[in-house]
Amino acid sequence: MTFARSLLASAAALALSAGAALANPAIIFDLGGKFDKSFNESAFNGAKKWAEETGESFSEIEMQSEAQREQALRRLAEDGANPIVMTGFAFATVLGEVAPDYPDTKFVIIDGVVDAPNVRSVVFKEHEGSFLVGMMAGMASESGTVSFVGGMDIPLIRKFACGYAQGVKAANADATIIQNMTGTTPSAWNDPVKGSELTKAQISQGSDVVYAAAGGTGVGVLQTAADEGIYSIGVDSNQNHLHPGSVLTSMLKRVDVAVYDSFSAGADGIEPGIVALGLAEGGVDYAMDENNADLVTDEMTAAVDEAKQKIIDGEIEVHNYETDSSCPAM
Amino acid sequence: MDFLTIIQVLDGTIRLAIPLLLACLAGLFSERAGIFDIGLEGKMLMAAFFSAAVAFYSGSAWVGLLAGIASSMVLSAIHGVASITFRGNQLISGVAINFLAAGLTVLIAQDWFNQGGRTEPLTGAARFNSIDLPGALTRIRDMADAGPLMQIYSELISGHPILTYIGFLFVPLTWWILFRTRFGLRLRAVGESPEAVDTAGVSVVGLRFAAVAICGMLCGIAGAYLSTAIQAGFTKDMTANRGYIALAALIFAKWRPWYALYACLLFGLFFAIDNRFQNITILGLQLPVQFMQSLPYILTVVILAGFVGKAIPPRAGGEPYVKER
Repeated sequence: MTFARSLLASAAALALSAGAALANPAIIFDLGGKFDKSFNESAFNGAKKWAEETGESFSEIEMQSEAQREQALRRLAEDGANPIVMTGFAFATVLGEVAPDYPDTKFVIIDGVVDAPNVRSVVFKEHEGSFLVGMMAGMASESGTVSFVGGMDIPLIRKFACGYAQGVKAANADATIIQNMTGTTPSAWNDPVKGSELTKAQISQGSDVVYAAAGGTGVGVLQTAADEGIYSIGVDSNQNHLHPGSVLTSMLKRVDVAVYDSFSAGADGIEPGIVALGLAEGGVDYAMDENNADLVTDEMTAAVDEAKQKIIDGEIEVHNYETDSSCPAM
Repeated sequence: MDFLTIIQVLDGTIRLAIPLLLACLAGLFSERAGIFDIGLEGKMLMAAFFSAAVAFYSGSAWVGLLAGIASSMVLSAIHGVASITFRGNQLISGVAINFLAAGLTVLIAQDWFNQGGRTEPLTGAARFNSIDLPGALTRIRDMADAGPLMQIYSELISGHPILTYIGFLFVPLTWWILFRTRFGLRLRAVGESPEAVDTAGVSVVGLRFAAVAICGMLCGIAGAYLSTAIQAGFTKDMTANRGYIALAALIFAKWRPWYALYACLLFGLFFAIDNRFQNITILGLQLPVQFMQSLPYILTVVILAGFVGKAIPPRAGGEPYVKER
């Protein structure tokens, strides 16, 4: 009887541990949606690549409203998903509360920082990548006025704007930079009509290169730039193909690499702590492909590559807005 | 502020006012006939999706427009059956339509396009492109050097998609139908005193269904304008509460077509100003962008409370008609 019971117990324990080892990774996409052609889509591509290479599957949840964050996290953790990757700064608070309840589950938060023993925080040095596309904007602009459309008005987006402004000034010290934010609520990530209007207003103020860091709103920005015959710069994913001949380049944020690496490392391989991926780590970059080959001159590529090397070597220090909430170049 | 800036803000005003105007006139027909309709938002959204989706598959914006109108009229029919035939609560029916449209559009879009609730971007004839009147300058950058009359002509009068001009035409048309035709007289009467219309031997139900159908058609055009004229494709929830703002404009306009035009232009102007001047410095004090973004709503409250006076809705509005009690 006792023997049978302990046998059963060990079998159950074995089954449980086997279940844990077989646990699939999971990913939660932030508001803006999986197919925003930008941030979340990049994350999805990383997850998809992992699934195709390993033949395994992963769970996913797409946020529909603010209220779902904690619920989604807990549900995946209860189901035994491990590791759980989430995209978006907005998860930071919720994850800080949820993570201690599931000490055996590894969490990866992209774009946010949570200090817990089972959380890996991945942040990007967006200011470095934005600096490079800013330089290209400064060189490509004929009017000497360039602009920026941000999504929700948060420090992260101002960090993009600030790096961009510094790059523009590095290429053309006299340039004017117009900066607009779409809104102050999460719906600002999903308002292409307003993105269009902001872009039109910027063009009428003389802008001929517009950089959109606005999630789904950016679709409207790029569309209007193409309609009005000015250059635009995409963000996060490579958006050069959306309007060939109009999208000058894209500021790549390799969210896909971060997700892919997390999934590949698995629950046991993920090291807690904060990692900041910049130019040196290949975490950010600018996009070149056949769609923008004719728009970018050799002179521009040379200058940008030189600056890139200098940033990696530490010769150029790009100011990070988040360190002191101010931007010297704006 | 130079002259061209003013013209550009007015141009933005027109772009932002047209969907409000069409939705507002839609609500006007419906409410004048005694059917309250807070489902304008849902109908616009549904039409925005179907016009973009069908325009993408057919390659013609006009076919897309028809599909958008049809889908919006289907929702109108549901509202009509619920609130006219079955005498249900009109507000509840309208809310249901809004929920239905918000969910259904994303669901169908995901099934058809697999893009997370958006359609493929539209190009070429699948979109209502801007009509450039003869001799007009097309690029904003070229206009800076032109004379004031040329600027007005190129920026304000030319360069809008055809739906913009159609939208403006609906204002005199609505006025003429409501105040100069027998149908219009009966339609207004059915919203004020349906029993009188019934006594005169005219069908209350028929008139109300006609009004709801016209409402669906106008919402359909408004939705198509959003997704195939000023944008090139549908994205989820792209109406962004414009249906509710149109309802506010309708009350503001006291249920009259010409006032509706002015009210919608005023709302459009507020939004255009908010887009253009996000950071204004007045007397050395920089106004925060949050203030500018809430300005349209603040001004709405101020104007509604202070200037409009008493807005009296149609007397039989919201009441299902029962022949005998």
